[in-house]
Amino acid sequence: MPFEWVLALRFLREGHMQTALIVAGTTVGVAVIIFISALMNGLQASLAERTLSTQSHITVRAPDEAAMPVLDRAGQAVAAHIEPRVQRLRSIDQWERVFRELPAIPHVVDVSAIATGSGFAYRGNASKSIALIGVDPQRYRRIVKIEDKIKAGAYRIGPGEAMIGIELAHDLGAAVGDRIRVLSSENRDDVFRVTGIFDLGVRDLNRRWVIMPLRSAQSLLDLPGGVTHIDLTVDDIFSAEAVAQQIAARTGLTADSWMAINTQLLTAFKNQTMTTRTVRLFLILIVALGIASVLVVSVVQKQREIGILRAIGASPRRIMKVFLIQGGIVGGAGALMGSGLAALMIYGASFALRQDDGSALISGRIDASYYLSAAAVALLTGLLAAVAPARRAARLDPVEAIRYG
Amino acid sequence: MAEQLLETGSAAGRGQILRLEGVRKSYNVGTPIEAEVLHGIDMTLAAGEFVALIGPSGSGKSTLLHLVGLLERPTAGRILIAGKEIARLDEAGMTELRGRTLGFVFQFHHLLPEFTALENVMMPTLIERGRYDQAMRDRAKWLLGRVGLGDAMAKKPSALSGGMQQRVAIARALAVNPPMVLADEPTGNLDSHSADEIFALMREINRDDGTAFLVVTHDARLAGRCDRRVELMDGSVRT
Ligand SMILES: Nc1ncnc2c1ncn2[C@@H]1O[C@H](COP(=O)(O)OP(=O)(O)OP(=O)(O)O)[C@@H](O)[C@H]1O
Ligand SMILES: [Mg+2]
Repeated sequence: MPFEWVLALRFLREGHMQTALIVAGTTVGVAVIIFISALMNGLQASLAERTLSTQSHITVRAPDEAAMPVLDRAGQAVAAHIEPRVQRLRSIDQWERVFRELPAIPHVVDVSAIATGSGFAYRGNASKSIALIGVDPQRYRRIVKIEDKIKAGAYRIGPGEAMIGIELAHDLGAAVGDRIRVLSSENRDDVFRVTGIFDLGVRDLNRRWVIMPLRSAQSLLDLPGGVTHIDLTVDDIFSAEAVAQQIAARTGLTADSWMAINTQLLTAFKNQTMTTRTVRLFLILIVALGIASVLVVSVVQKQREIGILRAIGASPRRIMKVFLIQGGIVGGAGALMGSGLAALMIYGASFALRQDDGSALISGRIDASYYLSAAAVALLTGLLAAVAPARRAARLDPVEAIRYG
Repeated sequence: MAEQLLETGSAAGRGQILRLEGVRKSYNVGTPIEAEVLHGIDMTLAAGEFVALIGPSGSGKSTLLHLVGLLERPTAGRILIAGKEIARLDEAGMTELRGRTLGFVFQFHHLLPEFTALENVMMPTLIERGRYDQAMRDRAKWLLGRVGLGDAMAKKPSALSGGMQQRVAIARALAVNPPMVLADEPTGNLDSHSADEIFALMREINRDDGTAFLVVTHDARLAGRCDRRVELMDGSVRT
């Protein structure tokens, strides 16, 4: 073992109490940093997951029809006020080509085409305003997990069959097997047998959604062979906005990510992340100050010995290294033990902290990158915190130490 | 003048381990409290010579020893150690020369309290070679045996008496087998019996190994048992 390490280790070992305290402090700091990061990410992931249980990650649709200003020959706008145009129900142009291209875009996982519009549902005397949602059930199940939310009947829509929300079923007094009549905004009508009743956990959707085969919706909405939306999922939900922008640029269509739609949630996430960062920063600062203060005290206590070491041939550089190594060791030990402690805390929290559906808020298995980055930060903090004390040690005048030591 | 001094040395002709020419030392240079502590010292130490440095308190003995020990630089004058002009050396060169050619023994023992006697004795060699090896361990054990501490090698300084600590310090000063040992009142803190023993030990090493000693002492009796005495008076050598 090199001389500098021999000294650093011995100084730490002989400084029992000081060393134990500062390593403990660093350990707690590192553990809390890892733990709050894991907790925040768990919280955000579970909120995002809940939001996305009834939404696609990205929805692609035809661009809005822009109102064109009326221009005179010189290109001057004639009308002072431009009325926004009423948006017609329109199919995405050449949607099948787009539909085939989308899966090739990085991060895109599943794609489903949808024809949707509004209308009314009737049963007996009851009539309700609804949203017609025409899907390919095999593809759509991978976008929105309605299968898990079926309260009665089954996830199945063959020709002439539909699944409806639980509130709508209640409003219409319809049960599985009953028939309902649907009239679209295009004034076409059709009859469906209810095969499934779902509860998406969102009142508005439970009251309005009628999920039917794509072909039925196309004819009801007068969109032969057309679709109004393409829903898709991505592998990393937080990459959705970037992927959406890429899709928009590539296809010229409008692509909205769940992040752009749920701006409030995203803002909340950002604020949480900022808070976590601030807390982390202060923890690092406290750890750094703790390590630095212990080392400064140690340098003062060891003035005499530093003087002797200089007198018997140790250069200022090597004295400096001795104290840098001590900072590194404290940071490193704190990183190791802090990671262990954090693993325990996260394991405990995976039992203690439950969501209202009973699942764990944070999973016991946390990405190794949390540990690695926190450990790297602790090590670096230890080294940096040691710089000032180490320089002070190196600058000590050996004669002072010997004369008055 | 230097030549005259050389001739007065009892070991003249055997080669010089130390030579001082017109060495001056001032503290707080450039401030109102600037004070010259050494006013042009000329002296030499021949290889293998055992010299006492005596003088009243405040006469500059320790200052002189620190200059020779390369812990401080003179304000003026030349210092040559083993023929090397130290003014030409940078900090790293001074550190290296100090580690290789000088051993130190101080009044207050100055051992490293975290390390055992054996580890303390190995320390200069550890610094020089960078890591422990068997040869330095063997030599340190042999040195401790030689100063009569063969049984106390694993003890920390706090478990040793003052005289024993000073023996460890002497063993440490000899670790790299330096041609010259500088001792600042090595017996100043010991009872007269221990002081006699420590002094006898240093003389024995001087005789057996040919190690030169420059020993600061207040004890006229011990000074009388040296090869030669150099007396400082108010920062000048008294002749
Ligand atoms: N860093 C310093 N700054 C100012 N003056 C100093 C400094 N170091 C030493 N002196 C002064 O230099 C003079 C010589 O001191 P030195 O310690 O060399 O004497 P000494 O002969 O060793 O004395 P003693 O026998 O008491 O150890 C003293 O007057 C002392 O006050
Ligand atoms: Mg003195």
